[in-house]
This record gives sequence, structure tokens and C-alpha cells, in this order.
Amino acid sequence: MSERYNVVVIGAGPGGYVAAIRAAQLGLKTACVEANGYEGGLGGTCLNWGCIPAKALLESAALAQTLKSQGAEFGVRPVDVEYDMSAAVDRSRAISEKLTKGVGYLFKKNGVESVFGHGRLTAQREVVVDPTEPGGESRILDTRHVIVATGAVMKTFPGFELDGEKVIGSREALELRELPKRLVVVGAGFVGVEFADVFSAFGVDVTVVEALETLVPLEDPEIGKTLARSFKKRGMEIRTGTMVKALERDSSPMVLTVESSKGEERIETDLVLMAVGRQPVTEGLGLEEAGVQVADGFIAIDEYCRTSAETVYAVGDVAGQPMLAHKGSHEGIVAAEHIADANPHPLRYDNIPSVGYCHPEIASIGLSEPEAAEAGHDVKVGKFPLGAHGRALTAGHNEGFIKIVADAKYGEILGVHMIGHNVSELVAEAGVARMLEATLDEVAAHAHAHPSMAEAVMEAALVTLGRAIHV
Amino acid sequence: MATKVVMAQLSPTMEEGKLIEWKISEGDAVSQGDIVAEIETDKANMDVEAMGAGVLRKIVVQAGATVPVGTLIGIIAEPDEDIESLLSEAAAGPVAGAAEEPADAPVAPSDGPEAPTATDEPAEVAEEPASAAPSAETEPEAEGERVRASPVARKMAAEKGIELGAIAGSGPGGRIVKADIEAAIAAPAAASLATATGGTTAGAIVAEPAAEPLLRDERVEASQMRKAIARRLAESIGPVPHFYLTIEVDMERALDMRSELNARADGFKIGVNDILLKTAAEALVRHPQVNASWDEDAIQFHGRVDLGIAVAVDGGLITPVLRDADRKGLRRISLESADLIERARARKLLPEEYQGATFSLSNLGMFGIDEFTAVINPPEAAILAVGMTQEKPVVEEGELTVRRRMRVTMSCDHRVVDGAIGSAFLATFKEMLENPLAMVL
Repeated sequence: MSERYNVVVIGAGPGGYVAAIRAAQLGLKTACVEANGYEGGLGGTCLNWGCIPAKALLESAALAQTLKSQGAEFGVRPVDVEYDMSAAVDRSRAISEKLTKGVGYLFKKNGVESVFGHGRLTAQREVVVDPTEPGGESRILDTRHVIVATGAVMKTFPGFELDGEKVIGSREALELRELPKRLVVVGAGFVGVEFADVFSAFGVDVTVVEALETLVPLEDPEIGKTLARSFKKRGMEIRTGTMVKALERDSSPMVLTVESSKGEERIETDLVLMAVGRQPVTEGLGLEEAGVQVADGFIAIDEYCRTSAETVYAVGDVAGQPMLAHKGSHEGIVAAEHIADANPHPLRYDNIPSVGYCHPEIASIGLSEPEAAEAGHDVKVGKFPLGAHGRALTAGHNEGFIKIVADAKYGEILGVHMIGHNVSELVAEAGVARMLEATLDEVAAHAHAHPSMAEAVMEAALVTLGRAIHV
Repeated sequence: MATKVVMAQLSPTMEEGKLIEWKISEGDAVSQGDIVAEIETDKANMDVEAMGAGVLRKIVVQAGATVPVGTLIGIIAEPDEDIESLLSEAAAGPVAGAAEEPADAPVAPSDGPEAPTATDEPAEVAEEPASAAPSAETEPEAEGERVRASPVARKMAAEKGIELGAIAGSGPGGRIVKADIEAAIAAPAAASLATATGGTTAGAIVAEPAAEPLLRDERVEASQMRKAIARRLAESIGPVPHFYLTIEVDMERALDMRSELNARADGFKIGVNDILLKTAAEALVRHPQVNASWDEDAIQFHGRVDLGIAVAVDGGLITPVLRDADRKGLRRISLESADLIERARARKLLPEEYQGATFSLSNLGMFGIDEFTAVINPPEAAILAVGMTQEKPVVEEGELTVRRRMRVTMSCDHRVVDGAIGSAFLATFKEMLENPLAMVL
């Protein structure tokens, strides 16, 4: 049976569901197809098996860790503390479920039709929805436009295939009710270090292995070094500049062989968590038949999220880096507004914040020091350490710093790089400042509330201007 | 905290200014916003406002002196404040043009402490007071207008001496952003001046002979305006490859239309020049290749039709700009151009009112000139020189008749406008004047 839609969105993650809601708001007849399978239901990976449950577990971990290491100091002395990962997982699942239902409610409210099944394109650019259960009927959605938002899935190395038992990915890690004694986390991007943080807080012996020279290697190197120091203090083992070579999966215990400039090392472990990246889902979607080009694994798009096939758009993890939920959501809005011819504004890809929710938190936006120099700027850097910062001290978490990279000529804020308590919340100021082309002067001139972590951003601006008060 | 009084750069072409007089003396108390001096720029006379309060501690440059832009001309400070470092700086030479703020007053984007204000100062000669801080930023807060621009854009503009008012903003709500200033730097805004041939408009003055025509041997230093005219137009006639196209226009129907409109008019009178301006604007819309500028190796087409009207003023000429002339009716053109011309003569034009034209019109008909050729105002690509409308014998279908005719000569920059393009424009201009209803199409 065929019904005509203005837009069919394939995938109901943060890219897809936001695109669908926006399209419906703009008066377009919209349907959103969700395969509801392994990687997520409404809300996609983010709500179900990614951002949301991970942050919930991180909160549990922060509580556990603070209580453990600083409870007495705070005047809350822990006695007979029981760590119950299963309860922590339950809590995270409950939050996911609540938010998933929320997306369903938003769809109803805005008149977006949910279609459950596996969506794919035909040569005529219709969307065929195949049932995920055997015995169901396929449905054809005749539509003027398609937005592909199929996201990405966990990636691994040959020899390290995920078996869900001895070698797991983030999906299983978010439901690890029974904790191993020892865990090796392979890959120290945000996903890897976040899980390392969680499991270490709950008493697991954690080793983090990373091929590049620092933890969180895509961030400012000082951030990775600060994080490594913090992790080591908590008893985690860190192996940077180290590649995984082989895994003796069936031995008891498992042995992971790694190699670094120091030579080979054999690490005994009970579980391996692969956090080496995600790959976009482009298979089985009929992209080739529909004329949608794929480049470097991603669906190729222009600044309005259009693909090479007329009337087909792509947003989110499947459409390119950075693979971040907020980037996907904003692309969803661009695509919907472009389809509706509602004054779309291309996303500013040079101003997307990157945040890690491990403790201490990490947040950055804009250019790094070397990038700024390479772009021809006369670079000025100001770093404000949090060691003596009022709010950080009262919080009991005063590791880290706020670093601003600026152009010396006009004080233009080129980049902000932070590690410390709650810095995930501070990067928004930097983002809006950069969007409005504010300079150091404006940030320094605003009387940020005292005492707050946000104040530290102001202090960093003052440091960059050479007139810091508090350092 | 001492406040510097500086010779500010008030237009992109200004390189020096003359201090006409100090309005206060050393030792006088000064409040922020007080007018402390009057300076003569290449375009107009401007008031200098105090950017800080205190006492005028030192007059560094005396009245009558001409100094380069950026020179420290005075120091305002507390009576007992130490100003040694500033005085030695004065001895060292002019301050660099980069925007500089007193350390205790960081610039907030909406306040712009450098912004000149107070045009309601009674009995002031110039309307826009010059900024006393080194920044050349102008913000016409006078009429409650505020130029919306990002902080980075403001700083860049201030440093490069670009008038924010002359920039079209591409940001949200017309906000001027960094990219707009970068574009403006690449294609500099025109500081329009009248051509060396001068001009007047409808209903205007016939130049009167001087009351006492004394012949004398005397060297008179050229005014700032005259120096600028000389420099700019010499710069124009040299590098710009001019060629000239002349056409004769039958003005009967245009003049009839004018009479008819004026019979119905209430509170304004449409002049011949207003009709010429409107017609030129409409012709430019239909021939956008003429509404352009040569820019190194590219042609910059302009998205607006801003017409420069050549006006003879005491001691020289200036070309105020009628903005968006294609979008205005004759009534509005008449009112606005009358206002611009009056203020041009009174030397009360704001910098953004005589900069940024995309095409100019010069009319010497009032002086009885049959026809003439004008020098193009760079970076415009053309200028229209209009002669006197007069009765002439004309042959029409083999019969001799008398018609009111006007000769128009267009000077074109051959790098931008070729003969065919210029001719097509002139043909349209003539067609529209001879058949005014064609403008409605």
C-alpha cells in the first residue's frame, strides 16, 4: 500500500527524531522509520545505548568515587558501603525508557507517524519498510523527500570480535550487571575513558590501552595528561602509545598482548571492552540503487545535508564527523528546514563542542593551539588552573584548567579547551561567544557569578589579556 | 586615568586633519562628552568630544596646525595625575591607528564608549563630533540608530578605518560580522567626491562673482577638502581608462510630467534633477553591469543603487549619496536630495552620507553649459554629466519643429564598461526620459 509523504526519516535517533519533529512543525507530512533493534528504539543509540545511560552510570560512579576517596573529608563517612552495579544499570535503563517514551509523545504531539521496521531506499527513492520480525509485511512509503539518519554501530579490530561475553562493546558495557575483577579498555576516546571511570569507581581493576600518545588524543594534549594523572591516582593502569596485538580469548584468565616502544607486554584480564570507534551504517539501505554516494564510509553531504541523490538528505553519525548527537540534531533541523524552504542556515561545523563526561570532565570547542597557528593567527594562549579556584575547591574537585586560544590582534576567541569539575556546562558560553564573534574583552567584562565554575572561564580570558586577578 | 585627545581618522581617505580651534583652555574642567576642539577633515568640519572627564592638562597641538591622523593633540586627566609618560609619548610621534581602550573600560559591544553622541548640541557647526579615542569607529547614535556589528567586526573596522554605517551586514538581522569587514577590506568603500567639473541641482544657486574681485599674488594653503579633491581625482584620471558617450534627450514629456506632478504636489517640488536621478536609478537596475566597480582583477557588482549627487559647496565640491535610489519614488527623492544638498552646503554631512555611491550624476545645466565631460569618482564605473535643457530646432519626420532638448555625456571606466554596455545604458536612460511611463515596466 502506498501513501504520499513529504518526508520520510529513516532512523529515530537524535538526528532522525529531531528532523522528523522539525519537518512536522513546518507543516510537512512526515513519517519516521525505526528498526528498533540491537542499537536502539525511538531515540536511537543516544537515548538507549549511548549518551543517556552512560551519563546516568557516570553519576553513580561519581557518587561512588567521591564517597570512597573524600567522604570522610566531606563529613559523610561511608561505613559498609555496598556497590550495586545492577541497581545503577536499572536506574540508567529507567531513564532511557522514560526518554524513549518522551520521543514517542513528541511524535504524537507533532503528528509524526512512527513506522517500526527496517527502512531502505528504492531506485525510485521511495522507502520500503521491511519487518524486523519474520512473517510481517513490507510497506512502501511513497515520499517526496528522504532523510537518512541511520547512525553508526560499534567497531572493532580483527581478532577482537565482540562476543558479548569476553570481548564487549559499549552496548554490553551499559548493562554489565556482574562486574569482572579485571577489565582492559581498548581505546581512550571519550567512550573508553568514560567506561574506565565508571568501572574503576565501582571497584574493578581497570587498564586503559591507547595507541596514540595521550588519553583522549583528539583533545589538547595537556588535557590527556591531566586525565591520566587523575586516573593513575585512582589506581588505574594507563598504557598510552600502546597497540593491542593479540588476544588469547580462551585461556583462563584471558591474556591480552600489547606492544609499545618499551616492547611487548602480556596483560591478564577477565574482560576486554573495545572502544575504538564507531562506523556509519550504510549497508542494506539501497543507497547505491537510489544514487546516494558514500565517501570514506560516510554518506557524502553538502552544507544543507543534501546527498548526491536529489531529494535524499543524510544527517547524524551516518553523514560524517564529528559523530556527536548535537551535531546530528542540528543537521536534522537544517535538512528539515531546507526541505520546507524555511530559511535554512547551514551548521557551523567549526563551532561544535566536544565533551567527555568522565571525571574530571573534559570540554573543548574551536581551534587548538597548533591549528590556530597553522591558520595564520597571531596566537595568544591563556590558561587558568583550577587548583586554587573557589568553586572547584568547595566542590572538592580542583584538578584541571581552562585554556583559551585567542587571536592576539582582535582578541577573537579561537578555541577553548577545558578539563575540570562540570566543564561540560561551561563550553556553551564559549560556543555562543564564538558564534557572536565576541572577543576576550566581552567575556572578561561580564560579571560572571561568584563562586562558580563559569567564573573560571572569565579568569582564563583575563589571563589571556594579561590582567588576571586570581593567578 | 588620563584620557588622550587624538586626531582621529574619520574617513578612509583622511590622512591628516587641521586643528581649527580649541574650545577650552589648559586648566579648564572637562566632563565626558564636552566638545573640546574643532578639526577640519578632508570633507567637513568636526567637533572633538572628550572621552573622559578631568581637566585639560595639556594642549599638545596648537590651533592652526595640521597633523597626521593618530597624533596626540591633548591630554585630559585629574589635576594632580602624573602624565609624564603620555607627554613623552607625544614627543615621540603619532599614535598607531589600532584600537586602544583605557584599561579600566573594556568595550562592551552595545555601548561602544568611543561612540560620538549629542547632535543636539546647540549652535555647533558640524553635526557629528569626532571620536577622541584612537578608534575610528563611528556609531550614529544621534538619531537613536545603532549599527549592529559583532565585537570582532567592530575592532577590525576600527583598526582599518572602515565606517560601519557603510557596510551591509550579512549576519542575523543585518548584523555586521567579521566576513563583511573582510570583504570591505578587499573592495574598499568609495569616499565619493564631486568631480572636478562640479555641479548643482535643480532650483539651485547660480555662482555669483566674488564681491571684491581682487587680483593678487598670494599663496593660500589648500583646504583639506581641496587637497582631497586634487589627490583623488588625479588618482582617478590617471589609472582609470575613461571614454565618453554623448546622447541628446528630448525633454518635452519629462518636463510635462514634472509640471503635472508639481501641480498636484503638496509640500515639495519635483525638480528636473530629481527626475534625472530616478531615471538613472531605473536605468541602472536594467543595466547592472554599469552599477559596478573595478577591483584589481575582478569586477564588483553592487547590489544596491546608491547615487552620488554632485554638489558645489563653498570652496569645493562634495557628492552626497542618495541610497537605494531605485526603490524610492520621486517624492522621496525630491525631499531627500534637497535635504542632502542643504546639509552638504552647510558642511553637515555624516561620513557615511558621502561615501559608498555606486554611480554619480553631475548637472551643470544651471550654469548654461551645453555639455561637458566629467571625471569618474573612483571606484564607481561611470558618471553622467548633464547639460542645460534648451529649446532647439529639431527635424521630425521631415518637418522642422522646436523641442526642449538636453545633452548628456556619460564617462565610463573601460575596464568595467565597454562601449556597447555604456551605449545600451544611455539608450535606456534616454528612452525612459522620453517615455516616462516606461519606468513603470
